[in-house]
Amino acid sequence: MTHIPVPPPMSLLAELTHRCPLQCPYCSNPLALDGREHELTTDDWLRVLEQAAELGVLQVHFSGGEPMARRDLPDLVRRAAALGLYTNLITSGVLLTEATLAQLAEAGLDHVQLSFQDVDTAPAETMGGMPGAQEKKLAAARLIVAEGMPLTTNFVIHRGNVGRIGRMLDLAVSLGARRAEIAHTQYYGWGLVNRAALMPSRAQLEEATRAVEDARTRLAGTLAIDYVTPDYYADQPKPCMGGWGRRFVNISPTGHVLPCHAAETIKSVPIPDIRTDSLAAIWADAPLFRLFRGTDWMPEPCRGCDLREQDWGGCRCQALALLGDAAATDPVCTRSPDHARISRILADLPETPPPLVYRRYGNAPG
Amino acid sequence: MTDAPAPPPVAEDTVVRFLRGTRLQHDRVRDQWVIQAPERAFIADPIAAEILRLVDGTRPVAAIIDILAQRFAAPRPVIAHDVLEMIASLAQRQVLTA
Repeated sequence: MTHIPVPPPMSLLAELTHRCPLQCPYCSNPLALDGREHELTTDDWLRVLEQAAELGVLQVHFSGGEPMARRDLPDLVRRAAALGLYTNLITSGVLLTEATLAQLAEAGLDHVQLSFQDVDTAPAETMGGMPGAQEKKLAAARLIVAEGMPLTTNFVIHRGNVGRIGRMLDLAVSLGARRAEIAHTQYYGWGLVNRAALMPSRAQLEEATRAVEDARTRLAGTLAIDYVTPDYYADQPKPCMGGWGRRFVNISPTGHVLPCHAAETIKSVPIPDIRTDSLAAIWADAPLFRLFRGTDWMPEPCRGCDLREQDWGGCRCQALALLGDAAATDPVCTRSPDHARISRILADLPETPPPLVYRRYGNAPG
Repeated sequence: MTDAPAPPPVAEDTVVRFLRGTRLQHDRVRDQWVIQAPERAFIADPIAAEILRLVDGTRPVAAIIDILAQRFAAPRPVIAHDVLEMIASLAQRQVLTA
């Protein structure tokens, strides 16, 4: 059997744990949260980091859940840094103290992305489900900046906070962040469960986009702003993960190796496991990674579309979640035969948002 | 960002350094130079890599220009133009700082 060599991944998303003190209803974690007793060991993760660096990964993003809930985080950062990997911590900040930050900085941590649920305390803590979280996050931001560590602040946007984007960005500047992400909720996992409570209207989306554009002008040279829109309102799908099995690899708390964080929803092939196979072998050969890599798998209208190597057919997990078929054209695309499904979802959004379903163990519907 | 204003000019006596959390790194697997930055790695084209390998936090821009003009046996004004433009652009992209 001849193989065209598969270019190696650029980034590893290391989801160290699903444990988290917050309960955000837009969480990107799967509905079936992994328990602590099934998590990879420190040695497992150290091996993963070595394999990732050898394969060609350049950046490792330590995420979760709350990655600071793992006491071995400084050891993992130290090994990653020694291997030349760029180390990024994606955290809620609520477990961050001067002492834990100093340990991470000493271990070689390069950057922190700190999440905020909102700019105002009351709605922030309603969304996160943790009283006292906002003050802890503000304190964390100040410690990170005082340490000299580059800081990106992340704000997830939904219909309840979409009007406060300008003030969120002002907060980011006042805290000393270099970058800010204004990321509309992505509708997978818990976000999909809560879609009717979270999805902004088209008018709200347009207002959000204007607020970001205004801030980019106002804050040019001070704050770089990444803006992620909700793809339901787009005409073309997003190039999900930069294409299936092209740039990113995700490892779940239990060692599942995935092309994206939602890919465990695809049940047609076995889920590769880092405890039984090497990262290189999984990346090149695992059926899950080969399933939608490149363009050969595509149905029409993707197959004959000029944009097939720009958007890579959009998002497989979204096609599965909304159409029941992971190999279908992403229904977000106006060329999809099922695009009316998206229009109907948007038209049927309720005037009054339904109650939020909080992300916690045992709270998933169904 | 297409609507970004032109970067402010950099003077030759400026000493530039990498911002913390940003570095030039050789990508052994792909045999190329990359700029590692917060949440993104981008390929340094050969000219950017030549310049960035001389950024050590003590050398003024003028010295970088002198070294490259000699190395490539090129007229100094030509090299100076390229180096100043590249450094201004990298400063605007939060890779380098004065």
